[in-house]
Amino acid sequence: MRIVLNGKSREVAVARLDRVLEELGFHGTKVATAVNGQFVARSRRGETALGEGDRVEVIAPMQGG
Amino acid sequence: MHDFYGVALGNRLMLGTALYPSPAILAEAVRVAGVEVVTVSLRRESAERRDGQAFWALIRELGLRVLPNTAGCHTVKEAVTTAQMAREVFDTPWVKLEVIGEHDSLQPDLFGLVEAARILVAEGFEVFPYTTEDLVAAERLVEAGCRVLMPWGAPIGSGLGLNNRYGLRSLRAHFPEVTLVVDAGLGLPSHAAAAMELGYDGVLLNTAVAKAGDPVTMAKAFSQAVEAGRLARAADPMEPRDMAAPSTPVLGKAFLG
Repeated sequence: MRIVLNGKSREVAVARLDRVLEELGFHGTKVATAVNGQFVARSRRGETALGEGDRVEVIAPMQGG
Repeated sequence: MHDFYGVALGNRLMLGTALYPSPAILAEAVRVAGVEVVTVSLRRESAERRDGQAFWALIRELGLRVLPNTAGCHTVKEAVTTAQMAREVFDTPWVKLEVIGEHDSLQPDLFGLVEAARILVAEGFEVFPYTTEDLVAAERLVEAGCRVLMPWGAPIGSGLGLNNRYGLRSLRAHFPEVTLVVDAGLGLPSHAAAAMELGYDGVLLNTAVAKAGDPVTMAKAFSQAVEAGRLARAADPMEPRDMAAPSTPVLGKAFLG
């Protein structure tokens, strides 16, 4: 299945958001997620199924003013 | 002076964490200035580079309270979603709410700001809205549940100082119970001192320190200016007058003419 991760098309073998994060190398990171513009809390990643073409945003702390 | 959603701050200077020559200089600037609150943001993370994880480790090491922003958001939806993500990542109800309305000046969209503030307050956030000195917008933000307001001094990154001193003084006078912070546009420590002398409860800045030739020394200068301005306000300054008034007593002066 292809999803759009942080603006780039990626092929993933699994559909659950928590497993997708693991597959793509985000294991152990401090990140927040959104799917198709909606925030998905950490506690709900395991029950969030992704579909073909879904837009996933994975964001982390960054310098800011 | 007022608190920040129940948090009393000893140092009323808040610093942004962007644009420093290096993470080490950021850390030293924050330490030397004795800053207690820094602003942070959120951006896309790369699983390979993990830049965000390194930055987070640095902030944790500094042991500071963080104020996440929604910088770069131009719509209510973007700002609300960013705030929700920030609350989870940084584990704080604080959010510096920015809804930008105009590209050249980065002026806040006050209509979107009020709408986003209402949504976030209802969700339990403690909102620090980046606003202008507009009294009506301020009233709406307070009605929405904001207990802190952060009017700009001048456009972000401009270094122009307090563009509308009358407006900022007026805001202070109209909202005596609200915590007020001048956020953005300051270039010199004297601007920060002036904001505090107007009765503001703090100043927030980034570029003026980060882009100075010596950010560490400039951070210290701003910290001292903020404290000087705070003390001056507390000491009840004299009223200015148009005519001279001799400070040395005339009585008893020798006749030498």
